[in-house]
Amino acid sequence: MKSRFLAFKPSGTRVQVVEAGKGRDLLYLHGAGGHMPNDPLIAALATRYRVVAPLLPGYGQSTGEDGLRDMLDVTLHALDVLEALDLKKPIVVGHSMGGMIAAEMAAIARTEVTKLCLLAPAGLWLDDHPVADIFSKLPYELPGLLFHDGEAGGKLLTPGGNMDDPEFLKEFLVMNARRLGMAGKLLFPIPDRGLAQRLHRVSAKTLVVWGREDVLIPPVYGDAFKRAISKSKLVRIAKAGHAVGQEKPAAVLKAIKDFF
Amino acid sequence: MKFTWFHLMPWPHMPDDFRQKHRSVWVDLPSKMYEPERGHGIYHQYLDQLEFAESVGFDGIGVNEHHANAYGLMPSPNIMAATLTRRTSKAALVVLGNSIALYNPPLRVAEEFAMLDVLSGGRLVAGFPVGTSMDTNYAYGTVPALTREKYAEAHDLIRKAWAADEPFAFNGRYTKLRYVNCWPKPIQRPAPPIFIPGGGSVETYDFCLDNTYSYSYLSYSGYLRAKLLMEGYWKRVAERKADESPYRAGFAQVICVADTDAEAERLYGPHVNYFYNRCLHVYPGFADAPGYRTIKTIQTGALSQFTQAAARDYPNMTWKDLVDGRYIIAGSPETVRQQMEELIKSLRVGNVFCLLHIGDMPDDKVRHSTRLFAEKVMPHLRNLWPDWNNHDDRFWIHPMNERVSLKVAAE
Repeated sequence: MKSRFLAFKPSGTRVQVVEAGKGRDLLYLHGAGGHMPNDPLIAALATRYRVVAPLLPGYGQSTGEDGLRDMLDVTLHALDVLEALDLKKPIVVGHSMGGMIAAEMAAIARTEVTKLCLLAPAGLWLDDHPVADIFSKLPYELPGLLFHDGEAGGKLLTPGGNMDDPEFLKEFLVMNARRLGMAGKLLFPIPDRGLAQRLHRVSAKTLVVWGREDVLIPPVYGDAFKRAISKSKLVRIAKAGHAVGQEKPAAVLKAIKDFF
Repeated sequence: MKFTWFHLMPWPHMPDDFRQKHRSVWVDLPSKMYEPERGHGIYHQYLDQLEFAESVGFDGIGVNEHHANAYGLMPSPNIMAATLTRRTSKAALVVLGNSIALYNPPLRVAEEFAMLDVLSGGRLVAGFPVGTSMDTNYAYGTVPALTREKYAEAHDLIRKAWAADEPFAFNGRYTKLRYVNCWPKPIQRPAPPIFIPGGGSVETYDFCLDNTYSYSYLSYSGYLRAKLLMEGYWKRVAERKADESPYRAGFAQVICVADTDAEAERLYGPHVNYFYNRCLHVYPGFADAPGYRTIKTIQTGALSQFTQAAARDYPNMTWKDLVDGRYIIAGSPETVRQQMEELIKSLRVGNVFCLLHIGDMPDDKVRHSTRLFAEKVMPHLRNLWPDWNNHDDRFWIHPMNERVSLKVAAE
């Protein structure tokens, strides 16, 4: 995996883009946690596609998050990034918060997003099935929330440092505040910014993928997305939690390959 | 020196196994624990105590705003302050304060504070806190990373609304009003004295200095641990070449006074324990939503939710630990006087917010401790800033000269 950078005017926003693999273009938009170390999903997708994975401002080395305050800001930013990347009819894949952004892009820019893959996307709210509050969770609670197998998942998340070291802790806290601070603009306190009233506009051929054991955004949301998007198919993946792509990369790759 | 008798108004009936049964005193504590009919008596007892504090000579009486919690039962401090305007006549009403980012539109704060200032005859001290993360983000739903921008805009609107004599349009990002027209206006012009509660961010120091606001550090870990933070503030004051009036700063302190040191432990120990172990029992996940603190503040090392939780071990702290570590100032009048003097001088504060009601303390003990402080401690601390004539006009109230005398119908 290698990184390059895009610069945007007049905002001065700088976007880090991770690239890997060869093949058809695939745009990957990460969730609220950003890319995982050696992200297993990106690695799997790169065996078949040219994966282009920009980081949202606030994540990694991407900057300019102060200028992005709401859903429209972020959606237009993501469309600007898509345009600057100059991809050829890409499959647009988004996980969780990234899925919410991808769905918004597809609802707003129908001609630019024609192949859409939503991996356990955020963006809807069902009163009877509340989405978990990720913002009040402590680090040790996250593996259980993101993975069906929390123990194995925890190892994927490990940031590679000692939390008892004050300098490392400070670095971690800054990173966490930047990332989740940005994510909060779309997801806090309830991850609903009106997507439900726009989903009917999505005309892209759409694959919705959900981990059967997702406890963060329960699988029932998969049905809601499927119902709302006309040309869509729902694939459920066994023994997978919310980070379905990182927990079951081969199964997700297969679902994408089979559908598109 | 200015002494404000401050009430948190906690719920005093949390059970003994509270910590074991509940993860947090704030945000998700079931409200079935609150008993409204008991609450009736408690509110009035608390208000009586604030009025008593005026009668024994405190300069100010204080209330504040919190939500969804048993730590402090004043979602609307303005309602409490309003009742106090009618039964007090001298003390400053220190509302510390209204979390201005939470009001929609924030003009509401300009209006209600103006009402309080008019009702009280110009005795309002207006506090503008950002609010804790528990209140602002978790209980009231403000997006953490936008909280400070929203706060700054609300502040701008309130000051403009007080200053303007004609209606004007306000085109903010969060509030758009075609006609801003603040009726009534405060008696104190251009504004009541303004206090800003802060927790160590440089941006807040500058905000206070830019606007001539008093910086109030509200902490329960005592003056020894506050020293580093307050040194940072005074360093900034010096860098900005502002004068070093001690009234630019205030500090909150838990205080217990009895006839002897041993008597203080006997009388107040259980209530101090209740306060530190039940009232302050906040789930770390609610203490500091990601984005609530600025990156700059985190980088300067202001405590995060994780470090705060780890640094404090209240369940295992004894009375002696709390007293020796100066978390609380407790003991005989002489002991309290010495430590208060040390606090005031070492932090260089002209305002002290005295917490003399603590946890589940019964009324007789509250009044005993309050009276001893007022009669045997406060007089000896009055003259600690002679260079400033013990007063700074910029940071204290300006009551009107001739107030109407109230005819209370019931009497």
